Amino acid sequence: MAGTPPIVGQSPLRKEGKAKVLGQAEYVDDITLPGMWFGATVRSTIPRGRITSINFDPSIPWQEFTIVSAADIPGENTIVHLTKDHPCLAVTHVNHAEEPILLLAHPNRALLPAAVAAVHITYEELPSIYTIEDSEKKEQIIWGEGENANTFKTYLMQKNQVPIPEEVWEKADYIVEGEYRTGAQEQLYIENNGVIAEYDPETGVTVRGSMQCPFYLVHALELVFNLPAEKCRVIQTETGGAFGGKEDFPSVIGSHAALLAMKSGHPVKLCYDRAEDMAATTKRHPSRTRHRTAVSKDGKLLAGEIDFAIDGGAYATLSPVVLSRGTIHAPGPYLWPYITVRAKAMATNIPPHGAFRGFGAPQSIFALERHMDKIAKAVGLTPEELRRRNFLSTGDRTATGQLLSDPVDMQHLLTRAVEESGYHAKRKQFDRENPISTIKRGIGFATFFHGSGFTGSGERRLNSLVEIELTVEGLPRILVSSTEFGQGTNTILCQVAAQTLRLPYDQILIAQPDTGHVPNSGPTVASRTAMIVGKLVERAAQSLCATLVTSGDLPHDYTPEDFRRAAQLYLARHGALKSEARYESPEGIFWDDETYSGEAYPAYAWAVYVAEVAVDTSTYSATVTNFHTVQEVGKVLHPILAAGQIEGGVAQGIGYALYEKCLWNNGHLANNQMTNYIMPTSADIPPIHVTFEEVPSPHGAYGAKGIGELPMDGPAPAILNAIEHATGVSFNEIPLLPEDIFERMTRVPNTGTESLDPAIAGPIFSEASA
Amino acid sequence: MTTIQFTINGEKETVEAPPMKRLLDVLREDLHLTGAKEGCGEGECGACAVLINGDLVNSCLVPILQAEGTEITTIEGLVTEGKLHPIQQCFLEEGGAQCGICTPGMILATHHLLEKHPQPTPLQIQEGLSGNLCRCTGYMRIFNAVQQAALAGVAE
Amino acid sequence: MRSNITQYDLIAPNSLDAVLQILADSPDHYTPIAGGTELMVALGAGRLQSKKLISLWNLEELRFIEVTPDAIVIGAGTTFTDIRKHPVIASEFSILAQAASWTGSIANQNRGTLGGNIVNASPAADTPPALLAYDAEITLVSTRGARTLPYRDFHLAYKETALEPEELLHSITILRNYEGYKTYIRKVGTRNAQAISKVAIAVVTRMNKGRIEDIRIGAASVREYPARLTVTEQSLIGKAITPESIAAARSIIFAEVRPIDDIRSTAKYRATVAANLLEEFLLSLS
Repeated sequence: MAGTPPIVGQSPLRKEGKAKVLGQAEYVDDITLPGMWFGATVRSTIPRGRITSINFDPSIPWQEFTIVSAADIPGENTIVHLTKDHPCLAVTHVNHAEEPILLLAHPNRALLPAAVAAVHITYEELPSIYTIEDSEKKEQIIWGEGENANTFKTYLMQKNQVPIPEEVWEKADYIVEGEYRTGAQEQLYIENNGVIAEYDPETGVTVRGSMQCPFYLVHALELVFNLPAEKCRVIQTETGGAFGGKEDFPSVIGSHAALLAMKSGHPVKLCYDRAEDMAATTKRHPSRTRHRTAVSKDGKLLAGEIDFAIDGGAYATLSPVVLSRGTIHAPGPYLWPYITVRAKAMATNIPPHGAFRGFGAPQSIFALERHMDKIAKAVGLTPEELRRRNFLSTGDRTATGQLLSDPVDMQHLLTRAVEESGYHAKRKQFDRENPISTIKRGIGFATFFHGSGFTGSGERRLNSLVEIELTVEGLPRILVSSTEFGQGTNTILCQVAAQTLRLPYDQILIAQPDTGHVPNSGPTVASRTAMIVGKLVERAAQSLCATLVTSGDLPHDYTPEDFRRAAQLYLARHGALKSEARYESPEGIFWDDETYSGEAYPAYAWAVYVAEVAVDTSTYSATVTNFHTVQEVGKVLHPILAAGQIEGGVAQGIGYALYEKCLWNNGHLANNQMTNYIMPTSADIPPIHVTFEEVPSPHGAYGAKGIGELPMDGPAPAILNAIEHATGVSFNEIPLLPEDIFERMTRVPNTGTESLDPAIAGPIFSEASA
Repeated sequence: MTTIQFTINGEKETVEAPPMKRLLDVLREDLHLTGAKEGCGEGECGACAVLINGDLVNSCLVPILQAEGTEITTIEGLVTEGKLHPIQQCFLEEGGAQCGICTPGMILATHHLLEKHPQPTPLQIQEGLSGNLCRCTGYMRIFNAVQQAALAGVAE
Repeated sequence: MRSNITQYDLIAPNSLDAVLQILADSPDHYTPIAGGTELMVALGAGRLQSKKLISLWNLEELRFIEVTPDAIVIGAGTTFTDIRKHPVIASEFSILAQAASWTGSIANQNRGTLGGNIVNASPAADTPPALLAYDAEITLVSTRGARTLPYRDFHLAYKETALEPEELLHSITILRNYEGYKTYIRKVGTRNAQAISKVAIAVVTRMNKGRIEDIRIGAASVREYPARLTVTEQSLIGKAITPESIAAARSIIFAEVRPIDDIRSTAKYRATVAANLLEEFLLSLS
């Protein structure tokens, strides 16, 4: 209909924004139910051992409390993700500090901390391990057995399933090696994990709370309670940040609260405080990546061997999937004639790690982009030139053999990023000024990509369903399990529906995700919502429109009033109208889990990020002073929301690189407070410049690809590349704190290119004789 | 238990509470004003920020007895006659709120900043908001919202 | 909230005399609480041992800044915001104003008090280095009267001060002696705002014909309490600023500070950075 400006590509007001700025949005801890009690968790104080006794101090009036142990679990004592290794409550053994053992509930929240402290548990401690290296040694077997001892998962990814021929190494002009490490990172959503659970012997379990994936919790409850899905109802409340930290963890806290509700006969609120949330819930997997690369003297990548290892903590949770994404992203946006990636996820006695924005890719991309700068130096090319000689482009095949049929132009993105950031001029300026300044400045970049949607056949398995129903007023209401937690789900899905239905944005509603009422549109993860779910919303909207047109009441060229009238007529005649759309696997997307090859993702976003840093040599502090991002994302559905995603992701990436260190003390998180876990404040974040390019993807709503996780991948390597430029010292581990910079800069006082010191980094390069 | 009287969002209020009860908990539990949030319980995140006698404070650190006789403004008190305060409107329009949990505290910090510095420099904005942590936005859109609100203030 | 607040008592007498009387009379000891930015954190974490507290918040006898021709007297109940706003502090005692400006956040500056910052006796506290460099005097009061001592004698050991059980810190006095002095303060924290100090130094010095005539250095996070670095000071008296005198001062300060490894930083880093900060200051004099 002529005259309606397109809403997709505009920035309408956030759907739930008014409630948020008014302070009226209801987060789980804002909610009170009649007769509600409060819950608390009694946790292991040791990282590994056998429980020998549990005693209840007589000073507490225990008869007032509900106490839940594993014995109370009606179904299976397991939190299911992919493997059933994770107990809901520990029985005889604990495998990490803070492992849940008992649950308590009481009507008076204030009495719970003392009660928790009054449960005295003794253990026979067993030896525990905390690093990938100790896990690999297999001197202590803490998980699995035999070949799989301490190993949650392994992958072997080889391009064309062909190992690298020996002569490639023999004939290479250069062989460059490097080892790169990343630490754990806490999601640090400002709203801690929390749920309220209810139980009714007839109707079953209802859990409401802060989460990303209501149906994941349904599945977990089905197992714990031995109930069918229809008797496990989950409702997402307004969620104050998630970033992956509320993807798998709600299955734990939700099951716990539900057990307390069942046994106490009351609704139970279980909300963690900051100290508990930081100590006990999931974090980003630490990683260790080893690269060995054969390179020709004109800087062409000939072959790469990548060993990628992540620390999964004590139980498998999502480690196999994190490992998968990290593996597939390890070779980056480059053309590799030969590549072998060997990946493994190892077990340690640390609270299990889980999903965090990027999900394995920030780890492997950090290693790759640091390594590319190292290769450039070894070969004598600029970082830019090395990338240009190796970029994937349209028509090339990725490391998994995927044909890039959608247009890709990394050359252009790099050119644009270099121009917008003033990279060359700044590089020269800093080279000139640094020798005479105590503040060393540098500029560096990272080039990368991020796959949207679930890997391979994941979307087919999810088989997502979206519905749109008419309200009694004749307005369309979107029904999805996709959740809003700040990234803009509500807004973009309503935009898509509005544009497709040719209705004003304000006339589109979206229901609160309540599994009693919405279909399973899949989890809100993997940068899939705009692309996969958005597309389904588009199709469901088309179907709704088609139904009304077919009914005869809606002319082809209709106004919003016409639509409303037709909708109400239809409702009067038929009672209700609900359209639906189910995922259809696109043509030509095949993934082979055995050979780890095929179309890994239906679409990729592509990016170049440029970081400017200043390193103060009197305090050894590095700060990011300017940041430019250029990314090709398919279609920008909402410019303000999209920019907000990039800016927020870059801020988290800056934290990942320079500030956020998890300090472990015998398997306990020693800095589980905001005072000591350092997240950047507004005074620490530089101006962040965002540039979008659009090459519409055939798969996403109006061409959209995912962008939620992309901005997490680029900052850390760009920043460390910049720091190497600034100082001449090569740092290969994050988080990089001033104390680390201090140690290395004072060890190598002339700050030569540290990476050429074989004692520290292993054999760097060998020039084969001609 | 003590009886404490104060004015909240322009209304006189009397509360019976243990004197060490945190103002944050009195707001949320006794007065059902849940706009102030607990993000850390240690005065680091600013999600619990309110104004006491016009001063920005972290309500998780104020024992209720010390609020006796004061004038408290919470996020709920910013809206006048059903109309959004200009700061709220700017946060809405500029994308200054994503998940929204830091937003009440952030808006009050902005209000406090603009009362002291109606035309704040970027450095003053940074300092004024550095006690409010936001994990979602990277602060850029929040700064835009503050600058827009400052301009809107000039227009009045 | 890990404490049961029904187990705590807080009273708020409306005069200083009433507070002092209660402190003197009471067999069960009352812990004074001013702005609460320290004790309320402990309460929230379930670590506040004292169950009886007495409020000093906003007592007008403690919250004042008095300027005389010779000195400035700052009441212990003065907030960091009060300090930042005061024109005489801003112009004559700028490193104290600076220290107040980077203590916590604006919200915490509106509640945190100078007295609390001193009496809490954290070695990382932000105002003590400046107060030590300005050679402040402190006045303690009780029902038995007032006594004054140099602030440099107040800290005895880790979290142990010269304050007697029934005494309160009344005020801090700094002489208006610093016209023509060069001052310096720098704090190195974990980030640019809202950071606990990893190391900080404050320096006040008077030059004469290119030589250091008088110098005082206060430091945070280098000992178990806020420290005056007197050995370093003594070594610099009479010296001109030369590469040799700077190198010597670096070695001396490096040895005089005795920092530790802790959750925020390392001893080696702190000692080296302290030397770097001193060097930065000395270079600024030449």
